Amino acid sequence: MNIETLEQTATQVRRDIVRMVHACQSGHPGGSLGCADLFVALFFEVMDRKPGFDMDGTGEDVFFLSNGHISPVFYSTLARAGYFEISELATFRKINSRLQGHPTTHEGLPGVRIASGSLGQGLSAAIGAALAKKLNKDNHLVYVLMGDGELQEGQVWEAAMFAPHNKVDNLIAIVDYNGQQIDGSTEHVLSLGDLRAKWEAFGWNVLEMNGNDMADTLKGLAQAKQQAGKGQPSVILMRTEMGNGVDFMMGSHKWHGVAPNDEQLASALAQLEETLGDY
Amino acid sequence: MKKYSFTEKKDTRSGFGAGLVEAGKKNENVVALCADLIGSLKMNDFIKEFPERFFQVGIAEANMMGIAAGLTIGGKIPFTGTFANFSTGRVYDQIRQSIAYSGKNVKICASHAGLTLGEDGATHQILEDIGLMKMLPGMTVINPCDYNQTKAATEAIAGHEGPVYLRFGRPAVPVFTDPDQKFEIGKAWMVNEGKDVSIFATGHLVWEAILAGEKLAEMGIDAEIINIHTIKPLDAEAVLKSVAKTGCVVTAEEHNRLGGLGDSIAQLLATKQPAPQEYVAVNDSFGESGTPAQLMEKYGLNADNIVAAVQKVLKRK
Repeated sequence: MNIETLEQTATQVRRDIVRMVHACQSGHPGGSLGCADLFVALFFEVMDRKPGFDMDGTGEDVFFLSNGHISPVFYSTLARAGYFEISELATFRKINSRLQGHPTTHEGLPGVRIASGSLGQGLSAAIGAALAKKLNKDNHLVYVLMGDGELQEGQVWEAAMFAPHNKVDNLIAIVDYNGQQIDGSTEHVLSLGDLRAKWEAFGWNVLEMNGNDMADTLKGLAQAKQQAGKGQPSVILMRTEMGNGVDFMMGSHKWHGVAPNDEQLASALAQLEETLGDY
Repeated sequence: MKKYSFTEKKDTRSGFGAGLVEAGKKNENVVALCADLIGSLKMNDFIKEFPERFFQVGIAEANMMGIAAGLTIGGKIPFTGTFANFSTGRVYDQIRQSIAYSGKNVKICASHAGLTLGEDGATHQILEDIGLMKMLPGMTVINPCDYNQTKAATEAIAGHEGPVYLRFGRPAVPVFTDPDQKFEIGKAWMVNEGKDVSIFATGHLVWEAILAGEKLAEMGIDAEIINIHTIKPLDAEAVLKSVAKTGCVVTAEEHNRLGGLGDSIAQLLATKQPAPQEYVAVNDSFGESGTPAQLMEKYGLNADNIVAAVQKVLKRK
């Protein structure tokens, strides 16, 4: 896909996010909007995916979402990529839905390989899946996205220590580096310090990219892919803006987990062109 | 009373180590992980046989549970090994979300469960693990009674699809079950048929129940003894059938009286077939340092305590 088409897809994903969160008056629009470009880049361009879905993901790249609260962007992308009908997005967070508030395998939604929501667990699971690929002689990659606030969980650093020691080099971790969390900026809540230095000290190949610039996102992911198989895992510090694409949600932690009202929805949709058709 | 004897004592954790090697030989998807306790978990033989299928994760149990969950994606059957305390309480949320709720085929193998860990004391003697694990939807909970049964259980769980908690212990205890037994998950084992009282025991307490049964026989009391090696799913049919015959119950376990085997039996009986019941279990306290035998005596978990509980429950019939 060319960059323009990817950007148009990301705009539609952003529309889906805002509409889904508005429809159930709950969910997490801020981080979802910020990561829309990454999800579209991964699922529509970068990842080598098989048609259909099987849990083992043998013979294809697999993706894990560790910060499960940005489920709207995950669900929209999965639907737009063909894992299930886009009409199902209307069931988000409603009773008897496969689109639970946080992603789960429990309801059998295609595209989801592990439950997430309680933070800090996705990197470990991704490492396990990467080790299984090595045992299976499956030369594909494992991607995992984490939030930056999530790095405050200790388990992340247990996993960060394990992967370089064991040369898990078929793994690309991405940190959504938007500098915001529920109670405020990460700087205010619990400073992350020098993230590049921290990951490098743990033995990772560290890359940076602008996650709200499609060209730069593609470039960053391509660079990380090139480093695969060279004895070291890679982590991408991905700068994003929470709420990206909707002016009144941008750059603030206040839209982390708040739904827009009718008026705010109209204002948001006016900024996001309907490129692929609403669900 | 059926006669049981033993020629040697062995630790149940060694049964796990031996069973793990057999499981690994039978299925190349069996892999193992350990959090810096290879010797204690008796995993050396597996590592020697299958070095590429073993992962040392260091002192990082949360990460171990997550990696195990991830390994199932790709068809692996991971066995995690560490002490029972670090296998459950320390990593409850990792097990809950990444393994149980995610329906992952992980075998959580836990040694040094209960008081018989001994001298290390209460920090390491978890007495709440059965309760923690049995409350998780979809989790199978198994507590075998001796070396042979632990070996058989370890092999059996490799062929069972779904998360399992396998609990075993540190000390050498009598080996009295059949070395060639077929282990059936969820199927209680009739140790001795009797008519006066039903004794449901699990883990190390099964041997104590046999010793108690012999003493009771001398007193003219005919005890039925059933080994509940699988606490979840509970063999309800076997329990109800036995209690229909005997009319009263003693449960025996190396666990807190809250949330363990006794409570599973009590819940079943309360809803289906009420009967008087006495618990042989730790009375809602932490343990302490001491030898296994001293601790089992002090906390009321030996054959004499089972005999006393039987005498008490018979009066309530």
